[in-house]
Amino acid sequence: MLEILNVSKTFNRGTINEKKALNKLSLHLNPGDFVTIIGGNGAGKSTMLNMIAGVYPIDGGRIIIDGVDISRMPEYKRAKYIGRVFQDPMMGTSAGMQIDENLALAFRRGESRGLSWGIKKTEKEKYKEILSKLDLGLQTRMTSKVGLLSGGQRQALTLLMATLKKPKLLLLDEHTAALDPKTAKRVLDLTEQIVDEQNLTAMMVTHNMKDALNIGNRLIMMHSGRVIYDVSGEEKKKLKVEDLLRKFEEASGGEFANDRMMLAN
Amino acid sequence: MFTALLGAVSQGILWGVMVLGVYITYKLLDIPDLTADGSFAFGGCVCAVMIVNFNMNPLFALVFSTIAGMIAGFITGALHTIFEIPAILAGILTQISLWSINLRVMGKSNVPLLKTKTIFSWLTDTTGISNAIAGVILGGIIIILIILILYWFFGTELGSALRATGNNEAMIRALGVNTAHTKLLALVISNGLIGLSGGLIVQSQKYADINAGTGAIVIGLAAIVIGEVIIGRVISFWMKLTSAVIGSIVYFVIRGIVLQFGMDANDMKVLSAVIVALALALPVISAKIRLNSAYSPKGE
Repeated sequence: MLEILNVSKTFNRGTINEKKALNKLSLHLNPGDFVTIIGGNGAGKSTMLNMIAGVYPIDGGRIIIDGVDISRMPEYKRAKYIGRVFQDPMMGTSAGMQIDENLALAFRRGESRGLSWGIKKTEKEKYKEILSKLDLGLQTRMTSKVGLLSGGQRQALTLLMATLKKPKLLLLDEHTAALDPKTAKRVLDLTEQIVDEQNLTAMMVTHNMKDALNIGNRLIMMHSGRVIYDVSGEEKKKLKVEDLLRKFEEASGGEFANDRMMLAN
Repeated sequence: MFTALLGAVSQGILWGVMVLGVYITYKLLDIPDLTADGSFAFGGCVCAVMIVNFNMNPLFALVFSTIAGMIAGFITGALHTIFEIPAILAGILTQISLWSINLRVMGKSNVPLLKTKTIFSWLTDTTGISNAIAGVILGGIIIILIILILYWFFGTELGSALRATGNNEAMIRALGVNTAHTKLLALVISNGLIGLSGGLIVQSQKYADINAGTGAIVIGLAAIVIGEVIIGRVISFWMKLTSAVIGSIVYFVIRGIVLQFGMDANDMKVLSAVIVALALALPVISAKIRLNSAYSPKGE
């Protein structure tokens, strides 16, 4: 489904702030893979997701989604294949527009937008039904501005928007990190439910080791812009947080796991 | 007095077309587009030349005014989206260059339309009503049509994408919209309206002037904030557009009144700037006062 071949990215090349974010990264995802991604700060997790989404151009290598080479495709064209949820709950929705308008925008992801009405009557019914399933009480507030919602509600809505039109790949960039633990759990449960229902291929960056272990069928650990550990299936199920920490220490050459990773478990 | 008032209302409506243009960039796209001063004069100059030099039908000349404005908006949009020049600077560059271009278009700094037909003279000649009433009637019809078209357009898929671009650019790009195109389109539509307004004013005042657009952007912003103060916070989009037009009418009525009281017309620009500055500053000041008065050293 997703093929990343030898992808490199260096920020601020030739300056004192030069940072090799991705270093000949290669990764292959099978259809239906739900991969959790862990690694220390600066390991290249978010950069990888941003490169797949096309936020910045890559320096070299290839990215192929379902047979289509998207390596040099602009971000807005890749949107046809990719659904995204960001860390910042404010980023994935349009605060000044209504809930139903946001959904209608998302429903047309990757399609050409013409002069037909932006939201059809039949759509509204459908959105109402989907929102009812969310159980956040949003179905009665369809015409409310999204800016009035809480961070958790907005993130749940973003998740819904990213998957409203089935994406070939769902990218989740620490999408529960800015939420309180209870809301985070709820959004995470919803994530699993949606990925499961639609049988999506998904990648989720997280700093929470337990989540990384409990969710998905595959786990990868990144370090210095490369995948250093890749585990799936039964083997992944047997993993424990301690195993991951040990693995991480080995990879970083005995360096102590950074405190954010420690705190997360 | 009544005639003067009616004249002011007529001016307010015709300038209201420009205010709607400013509304699109300033409110929907969150870009204060300084092309406005240039494209307003450009629309007017093109209109005058088409009527006087080419003997064109005045209604058709307005189409050219609109196209002229759209071209100006396109240039600003291209500078901003393709070459990534900051929007304000891109607008200033277009505006400045239009001053020279306008002079070239007219060949002199002003063109009178005293003996030529205008869309207003058609109405005044056939019915015998005054120029001011003709302005109110024709301007009213035009502005209602424009509000209806804008209401429709911003409800379409494309229009919604355009609104979303002003609201959350990263999001709408992630949803597959080329935001460079939507911004460009917004600038073209906005300046098209501003050019049309320039043409309408030229026909109503019966002369085109190279400096007609100076301060247009400030008038536009002033009208928008006045509209917001009078109508208050409204939800529906067509009411927001209407509020901008009402702001424009009120602005020109205020202008008419202070001129009646003997204020120099040249002082109007400083008054407009003060209105806008106050409208933008007051919410900030009141928020600061609230924060300061809420503080208590005892922590109660």
